[in-house]
Amino acid sequence: MSRKLKEKIGFGSLAVCTFLAIIPVLLIIAYLIYVGGPAITWEFITQPPHGFLKEGGIFPAIIGTLGLTTGTIIVALPLGIGTAIYLVEYSKQNFFTTLIRIAIINLAGVPSVVYGLFGLGLFVLMLNFGRSLVAGALTLGFLTLPVIISAAEEALIAVPDDYRNASLALGATHWQTISRIVLPTAMPSILTGAILGIGRAAGETAPIMFTCAAIYIPSLPNSIFDQVMALPYHLYAVATQVPNVPESKAFGAAIVLIAIVCGLNLIAIIIRTKMRLKNTR
Amino acid sequence: MNKKFVKYYEKGIKYLLALVAGTSILILFLIFIFLFKEGIGIFAKVGILNFIFGMEWLPASEPPIFGAMPMIVGSLVVTVGAGIIAIPFGIGIAMFLAEVAPRNLREILKAIIELLAGIPSVVYGFIGLIVLSPIIKDLFNLSSGLNAFTASLVLGIMALPTVVSISEDALNAVPDSYREASLALGATKWETTIRIILPSARSGLLAASMLGLGRAIGETMAVLMVAGNATIIPHSVFDPVRTITADIAAEMGETVQGGTHYQALFGLGVILFSMTFVINLITDLVFAKTSNIQRGAQL
Amino acid sequence: MINKMEAKHLDFYYKDTQALFNINLPVEKNAVTALIGPSGCGKSTFLRTLNRMNDVIEKTKVVGEVLMDNKNIYDPDVDPVELRKKVGMVFQQPNPFPISIFDNIAYGPRIHGIKNKQKLQELVESSLKSAALWDEVKDRLHDSALGLSGGQQQRLVIARVLAVEPEMILMDEPASALDPISTSKLEELVRELKNNYTIVIVTHNMQQAARISDYTSFFLNGKLIEYDQTNIIFTAPREKQTEDYITGRFG
Repeated sequence: MSRKLKEKIGFGSLAVCTFLAIIPVLLIIAYLIYVGGPAITWEFITQPPHGFLKEGGIFPAIIGTLGLTTGTIIVALPLGIGTAIYLVEYSKQNFFTTLIRIAIINLAGVPSVVYGLFGLGLFVLMLNFGRSLVAGALTLGFLTLPVIISAAEEALIAVPDDYRNASLALGATHWQTISRIVLPTAMPSILTGAILGIGRAAGETAPIMFTCAAIYIPSLPNSIFDQVMALPYHLYAVATQVPNVPESKAFGAAIVLIAIVCGLNLIAIIIRTKMRLKNTR
Repeated sequence: MNKKFVKYYEKGIKYLLALVAGTSILILFLIFIFLFKEGIGIFAKVGILNFIFGMEWLPASEPPIFGAMPMIVGSLVVTVGAGIIAIPFGIGIAMFLAEVAPRNLREILKAIIELLAGIPSVVYGFIGLIVLSPIIKDLFNLSSGLNAFTASLVLGIMALPTVVSISEDALNAVPDSYREASLALGATKWETTIRIILPSARSGLLAASMLGLGRAIGETMAVLMVAGNATIIPHSVFDPVRTITADIAAEMGETVQGGTHYQALFGLGVILFSMTFVINLITDLVFAKTSNIQRGAQL
Repeated sequence: MINKMEAKHLDFYYKDTQALFNINLPVEKNAVTALIGPSGCGKSTFLRTLNRMNDVIEKTKVVGEVLMDNKNIYDPDVDPVELRKKVGMVFQQPNPFPISIFDNIAYGPRIHGIKNKQKLQELVESSLKSAALWDEVKDRLHDSALGLSGGQQQRLVIARVLAVEPEMILMDEPASALDPISTSKLEELVRELKNNYTIVIVTHNMQQAARISDYTSFFLNGKLIEYDQTNIIFTAPREKQTEDYITGRFG
């Protein structure tokens, strides 16, 4: 066999392998939109469910997910960014900080269901918050914390030392240098990483199953100590737990969930693209 | 600004940040400690070896029996299955993106793969349940489409973006001078890819594979929805299985704090944590060799 | 002559390695002092002891004194932040911040508490004029500083230092990343600036040292070998090692 032919076959099979993997997935998503699309009406998005999920919309689940996402941001963003600033800009690099870094990287790889178990044990039972928005938000916040710390650390380390030196040499204090030069420079990357992490948390089911989410509460929560509906858990529930829910409603919920999560990812991608353009100018 | 004030202000900021960092680190260590503290009870009660190697998991029987082996096997089976799908396909796609695809196509494919990485696992589980499992059932003439095979397929697709993006980084990290040197010696592009690029990137590709497996073994919702959830040791890939993650998710709601069942689930959590820790550790060791590859794609 | 600064018995350590040995060197006011020597000789390290930029690096130690206007800058009551305001620094690579030209220059005055817009405007203009950059950038002050050429960036960095109104300027091989035309513009600028500032410049380019400096000191292996007026160093050095270096026998 000629070498040219070998090359054609080799690269050709790579192309086949790529499209073999990607096209079915795209077809499935197209099918999802085809079946679920008609279910998405103004009423579906803005009305509460009734008849134990068989009728009505998913408004409380959307609100619940937005509430949980907000809670995740409140818990994880300041703690994560503050920790990264301390680790990169203040702490001395020694065995202890290396240990912390390894712990953080490993926690980012711990399965989300383990966080769910932790949240159930600590917040719901031990601290007696019960199943509630606050317990769910704390669990998701802790889940996202290592991701945000790692992303922010990487972004801060990527800021050239030239900037720090130039600022210090002008008589700026340590904090002036960080707050006016280092953080603004790193912020787009920090936000990109953080939003991706938060988007992931917004779509998580296992951590909120037993810390927060309810199958059927048509009314909106009154306080952060109330249980809420949440989109990912709602999808799980209508697919497996509640019989005789029209299929289109489940598909519709899946599309809304994908839209929220992908919307968050899209924001991150736009920030990153803008940043790339700016840096190459 | 007053000089003294500036000094105290600077100090104040520093201590505030130290407090924040301390809090985060405390939280993170709390997770380790809490998990082990709650899980240690079951090891003491039934014996660590009995717990890990016990072949029966009957939490509701009288007395309850806690043997984690069926779930450990279940997790391993679907993870290996997912790896068989995700690793070759993932590396193949990465090779296509890095070495073959024209720029425009590459950007489009990368955007799609990024999109796939962002889809929540419950959606994958839902698709597996509603769309995939009936197809598998008919295709192989089975009584149920909810089994280890379907779970592996879904997990494999879910792990694919991780494997692709890290493999692609690894391939791109191979210096162009290698490519040029090989081409200048009269090698074809394919020969260069197979003989030079792949071996040069092998530790990155290995790390990508490990992270893909790590993603698969920790996945919960999708396997809970499509693996069939029987706590038995499977005899064929078309038998239903229950993974460690699925068992925790399925039984977490029924437990009483401090009870034996509660401790047993934390014990499963410890086993799961140890498995992912080993996978991460191997990845870190591999990564230590290829320092220039970013871990960012793990997201 | 009036000494603006003087190093006395200065030793410097990175961890356990001694990098500078008993340096005694005066820096004359309103003059250009050049530090020359092969790479790794300690000239940049010495420069960074003059505004305590080495404090930023962990595990370093200074023994001895650096007097500025007869006050040791390593005394415990000296705030390095205040010191660096008085002793500006220009680095090897142009390092503008990724913000606008105007904001780069205004950065120093702002952190030192100037908020008045009128005053900032004036400072930016006068600094850019002193750095011979005003005419080239006056129409695009609010464009990103990263869009400037290397030579322009380096003059921008000098303008940024001038805006803080320092008494001294330290330059660490400021022309090493520049093309010949930008370099000659920079040298011209340095000669002009010495009327108002005391300048210490590290360079590996001996012609440059000869062209722009009034005094030259030759460093080798962390030691100050010789210090004198530039024309004497380059025509009649006392030390054999200096002569070898000047005539190009090593480095």
